[in-house]
Amino acid sequence: MTAKLSIRNVRKSFGAKVVLDDVSLDVEEHGVVCLIGASGSGKSTLLRCINLLEPVDDGEIVLDGLDISEPGLDPDPIRRRIGMVFQSYNLFPHMSVLHNVTLGPAKVLRTDKAEARAHALELLARFGLDDKAHAYPDQLSGGQQQRVAIVRALAMRPELMLLDEVTAALDPVLVGEVLNVIRDMRGQGMTMILATHEMGFAKEIADLVCFLKDGVILESAPPAKLFSSPDRPETAEFLQRVIASGRL
Amino acid sequence: MTPPTRRQLWLRRQRRRAVVVATASTVITVVVLWLLITNSSGWPRVKKVFFDGQHFRDDFPVLLGYLWQDVKLFLQCAPFILLLGLAIAMCRNTRNPALFPLRAFAAAYTDFFRGIPVILTVYLVGFGIPRLVRDWGDFEILGFGGAWNSPYLWGPVALVLAYSAYVSEVFRSGIEGVHESQRAGARSLGLSHAQTMRHVVLPQAFRRVIPPLMNDMLSLQKDVALISLLGIVEVFKRASSIKDYSGNFTPLVAAALIFLVLTIPETRLVDWYTTRQRRRTSGSVIT
Repeated sequence: MTAKLSIRNVRKSFGAKVVLDDVSLDVEEHGVVCLIGASGSGKSTLLRCINLLEPVDDGEIVLDGLDISEPGLDPDPIRRRIGMVFQSYNLFPHMSVLHNVTLGPAKVLRTDKAEARAHALELLARFGLDDKAHAYPDQLSGGQQQRVAIVRALAMRPELMLLDEVTAALDPVLVGEVLNVIRDMRGQGMTMILATHEMGFAKEIADLVCFLKDGVILESAPPAKLFSSPDRPETAEFLQRVIASGRL
Repeated sequence: MTPPTRRQLWLRRQRRRAVVVATASTVITVVVLWLLITNSSGWPRVKKVFFDGQHFRDDFPVLLGYLWQDVKLFLQCAPFILLLGLAIAMCRNTRNPALFPLRAFAAAYTDFFRGIPVILTVYLVGFGIPRLVRDWGDFEILGFGGAWNSPYLWGPVALVLAYSAYVSEVFRSGIEGVHESQRAGARSLGLSHAQTMRHVVLPQAFRRVIPPLMNDMLSLQKDVALISLLGIVEVFKRASSIKDYSGNFTPLVAAALIFLVLTIPETRLVDWYTTRQRRRTSGSVIT
């Protein structure tokens, strides 16, 4: 079985600082990969590179057999196949929820207005947001905003979803509603890569967990293996610290 | 209804006291100032020259007749200033290397016209260019027409040149003030650079720049009086010519009042607009 997304020997530096050092990773179709590791370990940068928001210095990022990191390639047709959700939601504050969700389909996919609207309302209803369609982002709670951001990405019918610490800015009591949305997406067979600090959730949802440290994937294994008997002492130490902070 | 608690009563008393104190201190200040001014030795002279009732009654209606001229000049300049200002701001934001000359020109333009006094721009453009185009005869564009060397053409052009430099900086800071994460959000949906600009960045930039833009528009409303240097008669020009033959400055005070009548409603309108905008997009308004 060939991978949906294949990252091969990717390197990325910001000036003298190496943020991704020879990173390789395969993501199967319908697979869910969780990236864990301390802040600054390169998780977010890896996701931004996959979505071509940052150019890589070396290596390949192959989506369905196409190297999307090829310099000179138009990024827009690739980005519309990949959904991305950010830690800080990045909703457009001057547009209603419905307008946020229909902007991409209407302008990028050139979907018919009525159809884009119907699809958006259907998605909003699926995640319990139908009564918020005409509200503005600032009128919603953090959890609701993040669910809208996920719906906005889903409205583009992406083949792959990148979720960048989507619960990190949320109140603990609001985290659950966002995690439910991700469970729902997994149930629908969405291929996903998540950067996350929610270890319990990673354990539950991931097919593969990658531990990053200083831009290197030190260890990647199915969650049952990685969380119970990690091979590397660094992984064990990281997990120990997470347990000490009460997050696992 | 439950009776108010001790604390609520205290707060209410406190608020009532604040109103009383504010009113009293305002009244005292005004009275003291009034007494100081009217009791100074020069006051009768100032009153006669600047605040003469008879002159005011005679001149105010005359000047009011020229109000439309100032409004008209403003309305002629403002749309061109906004368009040119936005265009220059966009030029400065281009990243395409082929468009570098445009970017350099836009930077030089803003440096140049922000660097010289508006009054000099009006003088140089308003007296210089008409000499250059004196032999061209008449022009007609979209129903507007006149002589090529008319001050009604070059006066507004001078103001457009000067003000679009200021306004372009306002637009530029508005565009740069939209957070990078908004661009990332838009680009991640597959929107192109131009689509991101049009649907995400500019609408937010416009909302942000309305207050500083209104500031510039208020200055413009006042600075149209500078065009009178080129021989156009409007409120200020008429007031100063009345002053010249009567020797009394009251018409200038009347002109000041007329400008206030124009500008104060404009500021109130903007305040109302920004508050409404905030109330619409966020749950509450902190005053």
